[in-house]
Amino acid sequence: MPIYSESFAAAFGLLASSDRDLMEILALSINVSLASLVLSCVIGLPIGAFLAMRHFPMRDFLVGVFNALMGLPPVVVGLLVYLHLSRSGPFGWLGLLYTPQAMVIAQMILITPIIIALSCQVLEDLHEDYKDFFDSLVVPKRTALLAYIIDARYSLMTVILAGFGRAISEVGAVIIVGGNIDHLTRVMTTAIALETSKGELALALALGFILLAISLAVNFLVQWLKASARRRAYV
Amino acid sequence: MSNQTAMAQRGLMPITIQNITLTLNERMLIDDLSCIIKSDGISVIMGPNGAGKSLFMRCLHGLAKPDMGQILYADTPLDSLIRQQQSLVFQTPTILRRTVLANLLFVARQRGIDDPKISMDYLAQLQLDHLAQHPARLLSGGEKQRLALARALIINPAILFLDEATSNLDPASIETIETNLQSVSKQGMKLILVTHDVGQAKRLADDVLFLHHGKLAEHSPAKSFFQKPKSAAARAYLAGKLVL
Repeated sequence: MPIYSESFAAAFGLLASSDRDLMEILALSINVSLASLVLSCVIGLPIGAFLAMRHFPMRDFLVGVFNALMGLPPVVVGLLVYLHLSRSGPFGWLGLLYTPQAMVIAQMILITPIIIALSCQVLEDLHEDYKDFFDSLVVPKRTALLAYIIDARYSLMTVILAGFGRAISEVGAVIIVGGNIDHLTRVMTTAIALETSKGELALALALGFILLAISLAVNFLVQWLKASARRRAYV
Repeated sequence: MSNQTAMAQRGLMPITIQNITLTLNERMLIDDLSCIIKSDGISVIMGPNGAGKSLFMRCLHGLAKPDMGQILYADTPLDSLIRQQQSLVFQTPTILRRTVLANLLFVARQRGIDDPKISMDYLAQLQLDHLAQHPARLLSGGEKQRLALARALIINPAILFLDEATSNLDPASIETIETNLQSVSKQGMKLILVTHDVGQAKRLADDVLFLHHGKLAEHSPAKSFFQKPKSAAARAYLAGKLVL
């Protein structure tokens, strides 16, 4: 199996030499994922909190919809965003197709339901716990919401990291709306797909290692946060 | 200024309960209950399990809404301004996921008390000052209940409700809590507490409201209630016979 050893060696070589192309792809991947994560949190956390704290006729239906949307197929999201951003689509005039912004939009659509559904669950549990106490104290709703966010900070960080994990490892949507253009919209996952199809395994493997390392780091961080919060009885 | 005058100035007393009824899942849990709770001292609500004691207290505090009847605080229906002058200590206290001091500060800030020193004074009063920076959810049951009492007291309520606040606590914790309750009662705070503990009721009560099947079976001064209860249900309860 010489191909494996050669590819591994080449991959480590690229990593060790901080290859320019590799670093560019890595930076774009992280930037796109972080941007989509920030937007998703801005949209998703208030909606999650609203669903957790309020009871209204369609509430359970909406929670069910957001739970179901956590499993959105990325290629379907990519296709829908493509249709909307293409020249003949309703937002074609923005000229966003095949840009990093289009990739951010696609990833944001993918991870917002995750942020909403998981944050709703976290905050709903806390709301059940605190409800009578806050009601007894006549705590204003805004203060209560802030208290929920502060007290659920560890769990919410876990939710946010889960969203980041989903964004950074996603390929289907970004390849459709980004087009995998070199030096413009090429991210780790799309580069891995391309390099593998070309038989250029070294770069693909190097990117794979980094992606795996990021994934592991995110998961270890989640575990550490959970353990740390449990130790301090904050969950 | 006497304590009673202070209470009257806060405009909360007496509490007039007029024909309140509460039904849940087709079960009448409070049945046409009427009484007047006087402005001073410690009123104890007693009764067997399922008599509606805690629910009655929740109605008094506004956490439950009667289907019929009304509750008047010095002729004024219960509203959020009146509720802000009340505190309730639950049987199982809700502890915020913060330190002991942060738990107290959160409550204090809801009433504009920002000085941490005041919170520390209350922690000291409840013998919790040495645990100020400790995660509150890691406290023992007795410590949590004392923290809940400190949180209730720091806002200096006109009326303090306690819902079986000392059940399952060790005698030392009970004594600490009772000492504090007697002290604040002497300073003019109205206390209304639900308890199953006849001994505690004898130690603390000025008057007793005895509930049975959601009805007020008896409302008497503590001395006469324990010496010569008027209702058959109260007699059976005090004799240790199960009253369902």
